Amino acid sequence: MNLMDPMRSRMEPNSMDRPEDGRFLHLIHLDLPLLFGLLAVSGLGLVVLYSAGQQNQDLMIGQAIRLGLGFVIMLTLAQIPPRYFRFWSPWIYLAGIVLLLAVMVVGDISKGAQRWLDLGVVRFQPSEIMKLAVPMMMAWFFAEKQLPPRWPHLLGGALLTAIPFILIAEQPDLGTALVVGCAGASALFLAGLNWWVMGGLVGALGAAIPLFWTFIMHDYQRQRVLTFLNPESDPLGTGYHIIQSKIAIGSGGIYGKGWLNGTQSHLDFLPEGSTDFIFAAFAEEFGLVGCGLLLTLYFFIIARSLYMAAYAPDTYGRLLSGSLTLVFFIYAFVNSGMVSGLLPVVGLPLPLFSYGGTSLVTIMASFGILMSIYSHRRPRSR
Amino acid sequence: MDELKIRVGKDNAAESELFFRRALFVLFAMFLALLAVAGRLVYLQVLNHDRFTTLADSNRIRLQPLTPTRGFIFDRNGVLLADNLASYHLEITREQVKDLDATLAALRERITLTDADIERFRRLIRRSTPYNGVPLRFQLTDEEIAKLAIDLHRLPGVDIKADLTRRYPLGTRGAHVIGYVGRIDENELRRLDPGQYSGSTHIGKIGVESSYEDVLRGRTGWQQVETNAEGRPLRVLSRTPPTPGQNIYLSIDIRLQAVAEKVLEGYNGAIVALDPRNGEVLALASQPLYDPNPFVNGIDAVSYRKLNTSKDKPLLNRALRGMYPPGSTIKPLMALAGLDYGVVNRYSPVFCPGFYRLPGSSHKFRDWKRGGHGSVDMDRAIAQSCDVYFYDLALNIGIDRTHDFLDQFSMGRPTEIDLPGEKGGVLPSQAWKRKSYKQSWVAGDTLSAGIGQGYFLATPLQLAHAAAALSQRGIRFLPRVLHATEDPGTRVKTLEQPRPAPPVAVKNPRYWDPVINGMIHVVEGGTANRIGIGAKYRIAGKTGTAQVFTLAQGAKYNAKNLAKHLLDHALFIAFAPVEDPRIAIAVIAEHGGGGSSTAAPLARRVMDAWLLDKYEEAAPMGSSPAPAPAPAPAPEPEPESHEPHGPDAEPHGTE
Repeated sequence: MNLMDPMRSRMEPNSMDRPEDGRFLHLIHLDLPLLFGLLAVSGLGLVVLYSAGQQNQDLMIGQAIRLGLGFVIMLTLAQIPPRYFRFWSPWIYLAGIVLLLAVMVVGDISKGAQRWLDLGVVRFQPSEIMKLAVPMMMAWFFAEKQLPPRWPHLLGGALLTAIPFILIAEQPDLGTALVVGCAGASALFLAGLNWWVMGGLVGALGAAIPLFWTFIMHDYQRQRVLTFLNPESDPLGTGYHIIQSKIAIGSGGIYGKGWLNGTQSHLDFLPEGSTDFIFAAFAEEFGLVGCGLLLTLYFFIIARSLYMAAYAPDTYGRLLSGSLTLVFFIYAFVNSGMVSGLLPVVGLPLPLFSYGGTSLVTIMASFGILMSIYSHRRPRSR
Repeated sequence: MDELKIRVGKDNAAESELFFRRALFVLFAMFLALLAVAGRLVYLQVLNHDRFTTLADSNRIRLQPLTPTRGFIFDRNGVLLADNLASYHLEITREQVKDLDATLAALRERITLTDADIERFRRLIRRSTPYNGVPLRFQLTDEEIAKLAIDLHRLPGVDIKADLTRRYPLGTRGAHVIGYVGRIDENELRRLDPGQYSGSTHIGKIGVESSYEDVLRGRTGWQQVETNAEGRPLRVLSRTPPTPGQNIYLSIDIRLQAVAEKVLEGYNGAIVALDPRNGEVLALASQPLYDPNPFVNGIDAVSYRKLNTSKDKPLLNRALRGMYPPGSTIKPLMALAGLDYGVVNRYSPVFCPGFYRLPGSSHKFRDWKRGGHGSVDMDRAIAQSCDVYFYDLALNIGIDRTHDFLDQFSMGRPTEIDLPGEKGGVLPSQAWKRKSYKQSWVAGDTLSAGIGQGYFLATPLQLAHAAAALSQRGIRFLPRVLHATEDPGTRVKTLEQPRPAPPVAVKNPRYWDPVINGMIHVVEGGTANRIGIGAKYRIAGKTGTAQVFTLAQGAKYNAKNLAKHLLDHALFIAFAPVEDPRIAIAVIAEHGGGGSSTAAPLARRVMDAWLLDKYEEAAPMGSSPAPAPAPAPAPEPEPESHEPHGPDAEPHGTE
């Protein structure tokens, strides 16, 4: 029951804490196990993408460059001492809110949703910023409060999450809103939200679902949920994705059809095979064994991240690290759950796997922050 | 930072402990969540693996039919009657064409493209997938192919494709037997086996092409191809090659067929020649003729309307479907019936005053010979075709017994030839008249039936079949046009065996003698004396003249005063040589006048050709022999619509 005793486990020497082990990595503020996990998943992701992207070299090179960029961002952020993040947290949050409001007014419409802000040089989604800004803001907010939080603080935290959540859901971008909401909720939970209060909130959320359904959700989102409940009802329309995805996964079997041998992905039956549904393409070619490995890797990354969060020096670092980890988990779980038909179709990529840039950068940035917080602790005396 | 912390005065250790517990809980929850995903994967990949494998395969694997090559048709000597010709059509693949309008315009400068072609093409291309070629023009000429071939590389997406088109090299020759193939229509699509006919565009519509469709067609092969989600075939996974159709050898001798068609030229009518020893059809001619070739790829509407509405009905196969009053050709069968029922013997005399009166009636049923034949026995009655003799005989036998006896010759029902659409004619009886006319039979009907008039109707094939049965003294074979089938690969021929039909049963086989003798005397000194002259073999025959309209009582039939469409039908049946019959024939020339003057000489020319091997002399090819009364194409009633004579009608007598 070593783990159950926080004080004791804290006292245990951590191999990574010792400068003589991995001195160089420690010097550049990188965490070796986490780095290993990230490199393993993204390396596997490139291999799968090569197959799922119809052996398109340009696609893979593009993704490799993006990954490289992500790792550079991670490395860069890891060098920044956490106090700077803490200082900037409210300002980044505020800027994010302003940008979200700007999107509502002048944003570009793409695929029926108003998400993009065109700055002339680059187009970007302000909602992406909120994935980092909300955990930072929540951590900043609770870092100075007595924990477990009291009622007014709880309401304040809930409000800090609810504002960006509603703004993003209105765009509409349910996937990102979900991530942002979960980030805030996880910060609340990790801050020590009373179990009773939490039970009440879950109950209230359950009660709110019909309202949510009626007033917040858009037709295509309702359709997605309905299709999730019965994909065969619309086999050529919205159900087509999930049916083909299940066929891809199921036909993979235990050992898979082998790399480059997936029929569902290679013959174009699997839609979005290199982006949101890349997990199905992977499952088809690598089977249950490959999927088990990938889920294990994800769990390893999450567990290491939580470990690092637990050893953060202060509340701000713990809460930020913890909720960033949960965001990462939400990505992995929601995507694999939706592709396998366990959850409704929500447009979330599989982290480090799916082709595409924006979320990759955000995720790598969050791991950079994690590493910064963990590696900038004061060396502890034995 | 430390300053800040101290100012708030938080208990970092306690908060750290709280966070640790919460983090542990979260980690456990996440583990469970990922375990749920893993469980879902087990459900999909292990428990339902087979089902999803099937679904994945049915996604990607398509079955493509491989159409077999249709068998050829030959005559009995191996003369080609139907084959498949490589033809070329122009095809456009949409996805390879940048500017469709420009491409069409460019093609229009080089080859003939009608607006109808373009319109049909545009309709098709809207419905088809972009990577499938859509035909634009069929039956390209060599000149057009040459013109296109030069520029084809400048027209991406435009291809010249080869396919096989059915061809009938002899054109009209034997068209009524061979028939033709045509595009499968909606009705056929509904009843056809979709497996066998997917990928096929054509099917036998009529004639041998229709009745031996299954033999000629072969069996469709299949290949499994892997396709992508758009349906584009990527590679062949497995292949079951098609089995090509069998070649067919007809019993028809196309030279004899040519003779039959030639001699009949100028008349509407039919000639059927059978080999009485096995039922093989040697020639089956129906005039006028038509060319089956335009039907293969869809005949144009104007030509079809012309063929279909023509008063001469060239599409009608008169040999099988033309129903005519058999007239006096029925008399040998009546004589045999009389002998079998014991109503007469061969020497029983009947006095013919030129007319016949029913007991207790003043109505005169006339003989064709106004003065009468005097006293006639069976032999003379047949040779001279005495009507009075057969009025008397028919009355003595009675209609129902006549019906039962003639039924043995397949009168009144199809002969079951292996060609589609055969008619059965009418062999009247009391029951038949009650059913068809809701009237009762009267004695006058019996007299008319006795000389093959009245309600009696027969097809030329039935008459030829009856002649064959007479020649074999009752032994019958089902008429058939199939002589042999041949495997196109091994060239192994399988000969068809004769199919015996129930023989005509008579109580004493000697009954055949006076009947056949009478038929010999028809040619030797009788009504067809003319054709007996100079014959190098002995012929047994019987003339017939079927009346088309009814003369008023007491009026005189005068061919010169009658419009052509009111002229009598000329009929003749025969077999030869008498000693060893090798051919049995029936000739019908609609409105030809008399059986002896018109029909019998035609039969003689056909028999000469067959028995003496003199095809060229019988009907010189290339020059059309002018038939005796060169008739102008006049509107004629079609034979099937012949109104049988009512009970009051009076035959004016036939030879």
